[in-house]
Order: sequence, then C-alpha cells, then structure tokens
Amino acid sequence: MALMKRYCGPMLAIALLALAGCASTTQETSSGPAPELQAPETSMEVENVLVEIEPIKPMVSRGRIILPLDELDAAAGSETLKGLFYFDFDQAIVRRSGHSELDRHAGVLSGNSMLSVRLEGHADERGTREYNLALGERRANAVQAYLIAQGVSRSQMEVISYGEEKPADSGHDEGSWTKNRRVEIVYR
Amino acid sequence: MKIKMTRLGLILGCLVCSVFSTAELRIEVTKGADNAVRIAVIPFEWRGRGSLPESVAEIITSDLGFSGRFNTLPVTQMLSLPNTAEEVFLRDWKLLDVEYLVMGYLTERGPDLALHFELYNIYEQTTDISEIIVGSDLDLRDMAHYASDTLYEALTGIPGAFSTQIMYITATGENDSREFRLNVADADGRRIVTVLQSREPILSATWSPEGERIAYVSFERDSRPAIYIHNLVTRTREQVTAFTGLNGAPSFSPDGTKLAMVLSKDGNPDIYILDLKSKPRRLRRVTRHYGIDTEPSWSHDGRSIVFTSNRGGQPQIYSMGLNDLRIERLTFEGDYNAKASLLKDGSGLVMVHRREGIFHISHLDLKRGRLRVLTETSLDESPSIAPNGSMLIYATQVGGRGILAGVSIDGGVKFNLPSNQGDVREPSWSPTKRKNFVPVSK
Repeated sequence: MALMKRYCGPMLAIALLALAGCASTTQETSSGPAPELQAPETSMEVENVLVEIEPIKPMVSRGRIILPLDELDAAAGSETLKGLFYFDFDQAIVRRSGHSELDRHAGVLSGNSMLSVRLEGHADERGTREYNLALGERRANAVQAYLIAQGVSRSQMEVISYGEEKPADSGHDEGSWTKNRRVEIVYR
Repeated sequence: MKIKMTRLGLILGCLVCSVFSTAELRIEVTKGADNAVRIAVIPFEWRGRGSLPESVAEIITSDLGFSGRFNTLPVTQMLSLPNTAEEVFLRDWKLLDVEYLVMGYLTERGPDLALHFELYNIYEQTTDISEIIVGSDLDLRDMAHYASDTLYEALTGIPGAFSTQIMYITATGENDSREFRLNVADADGRRIVTVLQSREPILSATWSPEGERIAYVSFERDSRPAIYIHNLVTRTREQVTAFTGLNGAPSFSPDGTKLAMVLSKDGNPDIYILDLKSKPRRLRRVTRHYGIDTEPSWSHDGRSIVFTSNRGGQPQIYSMGLNDLRIERLTFEGDYNAKASLLKDGSGLVMVHRREGIFHISHLDLKRGRLRVLTETSLDESPSIAPNGSMLIYATQVGGRGILAGVSIDGGVKFNLPSNQGDVREPSWSPTKRKNFVPVSK
C-alpha cells in the first residue's frame, strides 16, 4: 500500500490514469467512509490529460528499484526487482537461476541512463579477510560483466566489495554462509 | 590456570578518537608447557611514602603465567616473603619445590621510582639477574613488563614480549547499528585505547617496523575502501590510496620506506609497492595475473615478498623476488593456504590452512617442507607473530563469537584472550616495546 501511494504521488503526468488505481486500492483497505464521491470528477479529467502521458519510470526507494508492471494499467501495481544474487563457495559464477532477474535489471538500466547502481560483492566468513574482499569483487564483477553483455553501460555501475565484513546473516553455519555469499544491486 | 584481569583506567595519551573502550580482554592459558618452571614471584616491598598504584609482583606473575612456561606459586602458599637474596631461607622454598624466586623492592629516586628486582636460583643458590630501572609512577606497568621480559629471557633464552602491544579490530551490533573499532592494547590485554571508530568496515591493520605508524583499510569515505597511514605518536593520519576497486592488504617493508598493497584498479587484484620516500610517491606493480593476488608480506631482508594467489585454481602461497619478479610456489599441501607471514629467520612461515574443511593456523618449515597444524580451533585466521618469534596471536571463534587466541610456534603453549563484548578479530603484534628502560648502576 505504501509503495502504491509513493508510486502514485510523484508521477504527475500519469496521475490521472493512476488515480483510478489509487482510489480503488484505498477503498479496499481503508476502514473509513469510501471515497466514492470523487470518482466521477477524476474520470472526467482523465481524458483531457491523456495526451501528455510519458512512459512510466521506475522508481528508486532505499536502494531498490520499483517497477510499474504496466504503463497503461496502473491498477496492475508495481513490483520490486530482486537485488540479491547468490554464489557458491569460493566461486564467482552468476547462477543460471539469476539470469532472468538480471535481465530485468539490464532492461531497466539500459532504458534509463540516469539510473546508476552499486554492485556490492560479499563473501562468507570462511577464509581470510583480504582474500574474501577479492572474492567479493570477483562476484560483483561477474554481475557487472553479465549486465554489460545485456547492454548496460559500464558508467552506470560501480563495483564495491565488502568481503566478509557486512554479513547479511550473522550465523556461523552453512545456512548463514549461503545467504552471505552474494552480490547486492543497490540503486542510487 | 586462569588469570582474570580487570580494566585499569590509567590516563594514557589518547589517539585520534580519544575514546577508551569499555571492552576488556582477559588472558586464559588453555595449554601450558609440559616442563613448566616452578617459580615464586614475591610481593615487592615499597620503601617510599604513600602507596603505589600497581602491584609489580602481580603484573610479573600474570605475565609469566600467561606465557604458559611457568607455574607460579600463589602468595598465600608462601612461607616467607624475602625482598633480597640475603633474606631467603632455602628450606621454605625447597619444601614447596620452587626452582626460582623473583623478588625485589621499590624506592623513591628524586621524583621517580626505582625498581630493584632479582632472579634467585634455589638449587644453585645464585642470583642470576639483579637490575635497577627508573621511571615515573605512570611507568609502573611498563617497568613491571620490562622485568618480566628480562626474567623470561634469562629463564628461556627467548626475549620476552610482555612490553609489546597488540592491535586488533572489534565489531559490535548488526546491520545498521554495526560499529567497528581499531584498538591498541598491551600484550596482556590491558590499557585498551581506541584509535579509530567507524560505522563502516575497518580491516587489515598493520604496524610499521618502528612501531610509530600503522596502516589500515577503512571504508569510512562513501563506504569505499581506502588505505590510511596513521601516526600513533603525532596522532595524525593520511589517506594513502583511494583507487577504484580494491585498496587492501597494506604491509610495511622492513625498513619502513615502502608499503606493499593490493589494488584492482587495473582490472584484477594485483600486488603493488608504494615508495613512501619518493616525491611524488612511486607506485610499482609487481604482479600481473588474471587471478587473485593478495596478502603480501615481506621477507626480513626486504628483498622478497610472500603472497596469496589463486593462479593455480585455489589460494596458495607464493614467494617473489622483488628484483627479478620471479615467482615460486611455496605451498602444495591442502586446497586453501592464505595470509602467510615469514618468520624472521626465513626458516618458515605461518599461514591459514584448510584441512578437512576447517581453517587452522599452520606452520610450514620451508627447509624440510613440513607442514604442522598449530591450532585445534576452527575458522582461525590472521596469524601475527610476536617480535620474539616464539608466539603468535590469531583470531578464532568460540561459541559463535570472534576472539583472539595465541599459540607458541612449537604448539606447546596456548592461550585465549576472550573479550566481554562483540567480535574481536585481526590481531597484529607490535614489532617494538611500548616503552624501554636502561638498567642503571647500583
């Protein structure tokens, strides 16, 4: 719901289209009186402004990218792209299972040259700290290479490795290590 | 044998952050030497006015105790408390099977204190050492550590390391509340001073050979890594590198004029050497390989380095002459060997070695090619050799928390340095003494 509101707010050009979606979702979740009264007025204005509609842009919130699902049907809502990609021990190969999500990132980035990302590479705690810094960089580089191959400009990406210094999970078993061997795509 | 130490709030010159850490480290000997020497450190008499802030005998007792090579007799079991050889009743000590006595007294000398100490051999009935050193009352801990060093060397033939310091990094909290500190403490875990505090990672802190400067990696600027050189005496520091990519693993050359490091600015993690003396500073790239090259560490003569590389598929230790850049692989046993440091005499190195999936600290004898695992704990890393070459300190995990632990190079003595808070990691043993004293004549 919160995302829906943010998404509706700043995009003035498509505000009118979106309002229908906003209103309906508000109605569904609000416990107060339903805002039925406004519906006729807004639907009047929709037609007037439609010509000025620009493509819906993805939004960045807290380093994550929020994608509208369908430009013409705002009611379809939005979706946050997954920004976490996991790796095997001492490996820096992007798993096949992550390809489709990376392709979507590539689509967003290559279509919006104003957007930039930080590719943050991480390792689990096993092994030495400096080696793990290098390994984290390898992983982030692998993601970068994949995105470049999908048409993203190198200038939109910054690679930083934190090695084992910023674990996502502070545990000390395989379950935690699996979550810590990762690259995070952080939008700026 | 368990010696508990409480923190002492001695007013030290604080460094950049001037923060006293509330953390405390206390030493627990987990394995003592098989042939520990039986020794009694008798309370030192104070022959001046007022009282002293520290008990010299207690400090010496704990120093010798934590070396693991001595069995120290508790004061409560002593039958007499002599301060000089003339006051010794041999029978009192032979009854207790004590081999050596440490005794002495303190006097005023002008505004300063004089510490008189001697080592007495019960069986030979000889005084093996008798010295006087002078310092201010603020130097009392340092004077006691000096005495421990002197006694240790006389009894074992190895210089003591009780006057040295240990630098280490702590991490507390998780995610957004994570906090990193770079601390320096005495080798016995006391007098902890925080040099740097940051919400972003601090790592790879290392000493310069003269002990005045340290170098480390800090992510404090925009969450990006940079190498800093920090002068502990002048309390100033400078950012040495901030290249795109890795800026890591700084290591001072034995003469202190160069800093080896890892940079990935040219595409891959490679080893570079920065000449700190030249103006502008020259940066020389010494490895060129698409694999990971990292963790450089200098030989004692400064003519070669050892480093970690996965050029063979897995991390292994290599050495390289800095004149001809000829590279030689040193490790062949195991599929993960990293973070090597050469012993001073070049006879071997210590490193992190994985065996059956567990990371241990190991010693590799370079002449015989023999590899020996020194530690029984797991997830061991960051070995750092004491300046006397006989002990090393490293980071390990106990009960899911990072702590520091030590082991003698022969594996015979082991101790832990548990902290009361957070993860403690990456210990680095100072190459020099915190304070030195010259014995005065009687």
